[in-house]
Amino acid sequence: MTPALSLHNLTKVYKNGITALHGIDLEVAPGDFFALLGPNGAGKSTTIGIVASLVNKTSGTVQVFGHDIDTDLAAAKACIGLVPQEFNFNIFEPVMEIVVSQAGYYGIPRRLASERAERYLNQLGLWERRHDQARMLSGGMKRRLMIARALVHEPRLLILDEPTAGVDIEIRHSMWSFLTEINAAGTTIILTTHYLEEAERLCRNIAIIDQGRIVENTSMRQLLSRMNAHTLVLDLVRPLDVVPALPGFAVSLTDDHTLEVEVSRDANINTLFAALSAQGIEVGSLRNKTNRLEELFIRLVGGKEEAA
Amino acid sequence: MNGHAQYVAFKAILVKEVLRFARIWIQTILPPMITTALYFVIFGRLIGSQVGDVHGFQYMEYIVPGLILMTVITNSYANVVSSFYSAKFQHNIEEMLVAPVPNYLILIGFIGGGLARGLAVGVAVTIVALFFTPIPLHSLWVACSVLVLTSILFSLAGFINGIYAKSFDDISVIPTFVLTPLTYLGGVFYSVAMLPPFWQSISLANPILYMVNAFRYGLLGVSDVNLAVAYAAILGFIAGLFGFALHLLNRGYGIRS
Repeated sequence: MTPALSLHNLTKVYKNGITALHGIDLEVAPGDFFALLGPNGAGKSTTIGIVASLVNKTSGTVQVFGHDIDTDLAAAKACIGLVPQEFNFNIFEPVMEIVVSQAGYYGIPRRLASERAERYLNQLGLWERRHDQARMLSGGMKRRLMIARALVHEPRLLILDEPTAGVDIEIRHSMWSFLTEINAAGTTIILTTHYLEEAERLCRNIAIIDQGRIVENTSMRQLLSRMNAHTLVLDLVRPLDVVPALPGFAVSLTDDHTLEVEVSRDANINTLFAALSAQGIEVGSLRNKTNRLEELFIRLVGGKEEAA
Repeated sequence: MNGHAQYVAFKAILVKEVLRFARIWIQTILPPMITTALYFVIFGRLIGSQVGDVHGFQYMEYIVPGLILMTVITNSYANVVSSFYSAKFQHNIEEMLVAPVPNYLILIGFIGGGLARGLAVGVAVTIVALFFTPIPLHSLWVACSVLVLTSILFSLAGFINGIYAKSFDDISVIPTFVLTPLTYLGGVFYSVAMLPPFWQSISLANPILYMVNAFRYGLLGVSDVNLAVAYAAILGFIAGLFGFALHLLNRGYGIRS
């Protein structure tokens, strides 16, 4: 099956001499929901920019559904919808006009473009604001406007560069549902995000890029299965003065009401709670210290704290 | 993209460009009308009455073609340079760059916007002029063709300025220090025959002189330059600037990393 996106030996050296990409190889299968993660400056936006023709590559090949951007650029572009990291619309234009104009650039007649714009603006909760200038929208609405604009020509591959940055939790969840529906309907999605919970929740496959090199490229399930241990945070009902001894578990006391316990992958949680009960320690609630993917991500990119 | 899709894409760019300047008509259409009315009052009525006839026409009548063309030149240029640079500055030029629309259509679309504003302002200024003086029409074809070609030429020049511009200062440098002096020295307010021989020769190196005189020929039937040379100069510049602008777009100069 022809990949939705195929990068081979893709290199980018900027004029200032900085090498942003060191010959990366990547394939994204059609229909996938794919996460491209990496620390800031790792090369994610450069990669996306090259695929979307906003950045000139130095060498290598890029194919979108089999269309090479060197020999069949127009066909490749027609397959892609891009939601960039930064707002890139004319803030003085009305919302509807932005979406309809974008369809026009893909050769979609105005009448059909208006119908599609109505559909996507409705789905993304922007229809009531269609006559407003884009500058009047909130940050979350602007992000949704860029998604509507990217979808109006009904691309086979949707690339989202941090689409939920600065968006409140409720809107973020509604955007996740919308993107899941779009993906289920057959659109391949490539996502970069700062929120690793988002990637873990939405994406089936993942590549991690660091300093212009792909350091991991696998399925989300396989990656997460590599977790040897994770840390549970237990909120205690009564305070503790000393760290309790729990055989088989590494334990630390964050404060007198909070216990952190490292649980290995093959450990039995019941054993932990049995040990706690035996010592009369009551647990009010528990949670994971960090998102599982976040823990792995930090390990893979050499302990850098900043993600995506 | 097939032919029809390209037509749709061109229309989308053109409509966007026309709506842009129409939305801010108080900044784009009205000021040239007021400025031109002031030119007529000051240069035409007050000073012009002291000047007497030029080539058999009253001074006010003589300067009408130059004033119309000057307005078309500055507005065509200003429209494209400000629109294209703003699109670069706000990054909304990327809307077109990610789409399969060919570069030459992007160029033609922006030029179409400049032409639309140039002609809209030209018509508005002509209406203002008619309040001050009758305007003869010697050759409709020459007048219209020179007007359209000149507007296209300066739209192209504005586009190239927009590509090179790195700040809002850069989009005012050429109009202020190059375009305005060349226009004022391009025979808008006088006939080059009134100048000493040395300055006549210097003036002939000014391309705007040819456009102003060709347009003046279209309206009044008089010109300081040969009409064929004027057309050749305008068409030559258009061909050169179009090729250069397209080359810059294809290279992605200033718009692609």
